Amino acid sequence: MTASPPEIRVSGLHKSFGDNQVLRGIDLEIGRGEVVCVIGPSGSGKSTLLRCVNLLEEPTEGQVFVGGTELTDPDVDIDAVRRRIGMVFQQFNLFPHLTVTENLTLPQRRVLRRGKAEAAEVAAANLRRVGLAEKADAYPSSLSGGQQQRVAIARALAMGPEVMLFDEPTSALDPELVGDVLAVMRMLADEGMTMMVVTHEMTFAREVADRVVFMDGGVVVEDGTPAQVIGSPRHERTRHFLSRLLDPAMADVEEETSDQVGKPG
Amino acid sequence: MTDTEKAPLQPKKKGLTRRQKRTLSRGIQYAVFVAAVIAFAVSADWGRLQNQFAQVDIAERMFPDVITLALKNTVLFTVTGFAVGLALGMVIALMRLSSVGPYRWLAGIYIEIFRGLPALLIFIFIGVAVPLAFPGTEIIGGTYGKVALALGLVAAAYMAETIRAGIQAVPKGQMEAARSLGFSPARAMISIIIPQAFRIILPPLTNELVLLFKDSSLVLFLGVTLGERELSKYGRDLASQTANSTPILVAGLCYLLITVPLGFVVRRMEAKAQEAVK
Repeated sequence: MTASPPEIRVSGLHKSFGDNQVLRGIDLEIGRGEVVCVIGPSGSGKSTLLRCVNLLEEPTEGQVFVGGTELTDPDVDIDAVRRRIGMVFQQFNLFPHLTVTENLTLPQRRVLRRGKAEAAEVAAANLRRVGLAEKADAYPSSLSGGQQQRVAIARALAMGPEVMLFDEPTSALDPELVGDVLAVMRMLADEGMTMMVVTHEMTFAREVADRVVFMDGGVVVEDGTPAQVIGSPRHERTRHFLSRLLDPAMADVEEETSDQVGKPG
Repeated sequence: MTDTEKAPLQPKKKGLTRRQKRTLSRGIQYAVFVAAVIAFAVSADWGRLQNQFAQVDIAERMFPDVITLALKNTVLFTVTGFAVGLALGMVIALMRLSSVGPYRWLAGIYIEIFRGLPALLIFIFIGVAVPLAFPGTEIIGGTYGKVALALGLVAAAYMAETIRAGIQAVPKGQMEAARSLGFSPARAMISIIIPQAFRIILPPLTNELVLLFKDSSLVLFLGVTLGERELSKYGRDLASQTANSTPILVAGLCYLLITVPLGFVVRRMEAKAQEAVK
């Protein structure tokens, strides 16, 4: 499937927080222009995996490569590598003391050392891309969650990334605002952006993703096309997760078996 | 009150109702207040007080020097002390948050010592011990430099804790967002975190300014020339010259001239910050 070398390569990745083993050996490759959705129950380690890809979390063991550069090399210039990786957070994390435009121009000016005019031009272009040109002078607090998240995407795009990481980008949004953010993400996918998306939006995964990765208990359980993983899952764990996600009202009360939760007795 | 139409929910009790109790309690509080004011007004010897504290001709003689010299020096001491304290406090706050152990310990020790000592002792130390310990060294700026240093050393300890708290109050996601955009840790701190932290700590910092304003009176323990006198020293000198306390009252009013509006500004800022949180 991937003729060119993979844009993102993760091998033998382990991550623990103290005694809590969150990732237990992840191997994953994402080719250039591929859109991969990572799904799984909460506590499965999918967000931690994403945060390891731009080293916001330091892996305990294993390697991460992005665009051929090893991020886990202790001597790597991590700030330089991160400029090529855009990250979108669940909580948007816009800079509240700056206007929308300044949110986009300050990183360009300080990190990429772009001139004032160029930064402003790039900012305006990216705000147009996400459909928020008219909010250029607003402060983040006056925007809706969906608008804030689109600004956050525009801010990441203004840096000219080769890879975009999305950490549950629609989970903090009111349901009616989810669509606008997903539309922007779909546009990026159509433009050929390499994307790794941690999400609970199954419709998005089914329609936009090239591949879906199902994680549980810190390992990749299933990895394949949306039709395979969502349409006809091979593993019981995947089936169980999907049935609960697609029809939460039908779930039965179950005994807790996850090792994340303290067992009674 | 319509407590007769339907059967009451609770049995009738004897004694005062809730409303009567409230009225009585409030009445007692007003009565105590009025009694205290009357007792004060009657027992104070207003004639002697006026004689000692409110001689108009003495007060008139203080102008314009009390403003152009004394108040000017007080403000100058305060502002320079605040600047030194802010710069030093920022350094200590960052040391306190450092990943290097010795920096953290050093900052912790500094804060404990300078927060624990009376400002007066620091002034005496700067005035006496420093020239003794390092003969020949001159603190730049003479008295002004010494005051800025002494006030700054004390203020830095308080401000360091305030600034540290402010930095820690900025959500963790801000640093993560900055780092993932390629900011180095130092650059993220300067461009993203500290500007937000200062918004949070503006009210407590302004309070610190008011405290420094009052502490600047301690300069008299350094020994100052006539031209370097600030409000307290100026007022005291004039009081002993004229054998009358009116200059003390005028000097006190000059302090309030600055501190009351500042206090008002702080309360406004705090109210605004409260609103922003909502």
